[in-house]
Amino acid sequence: MAVEVKSDLGYKPNQDIFSETLQRLAANDRQIIAVTSDSRGSGKLVKFGQELPDQIVEVGIAEQNLVGVAAGLASCDKKVFAVSPACFLTARSLEQIKNDICYSNNPATVVGISAGVSYGALGSTHHSLHDFAVLRAINNIIIVVPADNYETEKATELAAASQIPVYLRFGKKPMPYLTDQKEEFVFGKGRVITEGDDVAIIANGETVYPALQAAAQLKEAGINATVVSMHTIKPLDTVLLSRLADQCKAIITVEEHSVNGGLGEACASFLLQQGYAKKFKIMGIPDEYTVTGSQVEILNHYGISEAGIAEEVRELLK
Amino acid sequence: MTTTDLAIKSIQYRKKILKYILGAKAGHTGGSLSATDILNVLYNEVLNVSPGNFTSPDRDRYVQSKGHCVEALYVVLADKGFFPETDLETLCKYQSHYIGHPTRKIKGVEQNTGALGHGLPICVGMAIAGKKDKKDYRVFTLMGDGELPEGSNWEAALSAAHYKLDNLCAIVDKNGMQITATTSQVMNTDPLDEKWKAFGWAVREVDGNDVAALKDAFAALPFEKGKPSLIIAKTVKGKGVSFMENQLKWHHGVPNAEQYEQAQKELDEKMKQVES
Ligand SMILES: [Mg+2]
Repeated sequence: MAVEVKSDLGYKPNQDIFSETLQRLAANDRQIIAVTSDSRGSGKLVKFGQELPDQIVEVGIAEQNLVGVAAGLASCDKKVFAVSPACFLTARSLEQIKNDICYSNNPATVVGISAGVSYGALGSTHHSLHDFAVLRAINNIIIVVPADNYETEKATELAAASQIPVYLRFGKKPMPYLTDQKEEFVFGKGRVITEGDDVAIIANGETVYPALQAAAQLKEAGINATVVSMHTIKPLDTVLLSRLADQCKAIITVEEHSVNGGLGEACASFLLQQGYAKKFKIMGIPDEYTVTGSQVEILNHYGISEAGIAEEVRELLK
Repeated sequence: MTTTDLAIKSIQYRKKILKYILGAKAGHTGGSLSATDILNVLYNEVLNVSPGNFTSPDRDRYVQSKGHCVEALYVVLADKGFFPETDLETLCKYQSHYIGHPTRKIKGVEQNTGALGHGLPICVGMAIAGKKDKKDYRVFTLMGDGELPEGSNWEAALSAAHYKLDNLCAIVDKNGMQITATTSQVMNTDPLDEKWKAFGWAVREVDGNDVAALKDAFAALPFEKGKPSLIIAKTVKGKGVSFMENQLKWHHGVPNAEQYEQAQKELDEKMKQVES
């Protein structure tokens, strides 16, 4: 089912919007530095490197050094964006993120590109289905997963100005604008895309769009869904979560991440400890190395699709 | 400072290192004693760092990659007036800010370290920032020889040469030992000079327990224009206390009362020799 898209704009990969925004900001602020690990192509930073050569630092394929160097630059008041595929960045250099960025509080932005299963059939070495889980357990980092081009632009601007470390996570798929983009965007405040009292579908990143498609399909069957882009996993918007738990009969979370330790478990942990015993379902990638396929094929396989999400909602509301 | 004054400082520092390790009932005794002369010369002769300029963007940066030898760093920082020395009585005690590894909660500490192989990459970032900002500050890191097998060091070594960071100096405290055995037994990294030269660094070897030799080496920085500098400081683990020198158990051994008295006595005798 087609979802009404509120703008002619959009339909660019969030990664592209990130690099365009960063270049716009950097052109007016020489303190902004991008650090890459032979990743400027996949990070869409080739033009940035050509036009602002003094503001890009290449470290070669060496992710530990990438993050250490980023921390050192940030300690010297640079506004640093360390850009590398999320799969490598949040695994191989996790200790550098933990110690050099977060523990030492060098407020760099760690940018995981081609995240989730964006690399599709390249396989599990290239998938990042662990990044929310590992970063959630590290103190002093804001974890942000923009859903559309609007959120991406705003998140990039906020990250450049942030006094504490930020993790930004982007995929490669062209994304439509989800609203008319007039609402405020701040870290830690979920974005309600559509409202309904039967079920709350809480998603983030590229899974918000299929959640919205599912909501449109459900509406035709008389089921009213709230769809939220919970772009910030940490700190989590617990005010919104409480409201949704009061308002809706059931809650479903959707994420392009392992079902272990991500958005869903973050929401479940809060709700259970607040005394909410709701019908609740976490949709994500199960605890396995994924089936082979494109990003869409993999997500469809695990039900992270319009049909899959709508089906789970119907099951949950039975 | 004269060589004699520096030598006296080193003995004073060693006495205090042992005092606060005894008080904390924990510490990395052997490595702190091997690195004492390096820290002494750095803070008293080389670094443009003081409590007054510590937040200045123009200060020199020192990042202690071998973070476990924090006692030596804390003793020197206290001597330089970054905090009252009596604070060190709380070292490693419940709720103290003085953790067993460097932390930015303590004035004078640039970066939180302790996991090995982290100092050099951070320093590369600091040195690149200095070049970009056309600043004159220099960046120093002290590494243990036992931490050199960490791959991140070699990633950083490549990038330091690639970016011609002659404002960066790394020092290896080459005491030849680590927690399990000698470094050559655990994982041989020799010949160190050839490896670093091959990575594009300018290298000098020096007696790392000789304050005059250290002073000369630092005065010659950068060893080559357009290259990062490496000082291989050959040291003795446990230096200054006869029964601690080159003894594995003193890697993180804590003296008992009797050993402590004996160590202080030896250091006092050395002090008399130097003073006369
Ligand atoms: Mg050693």
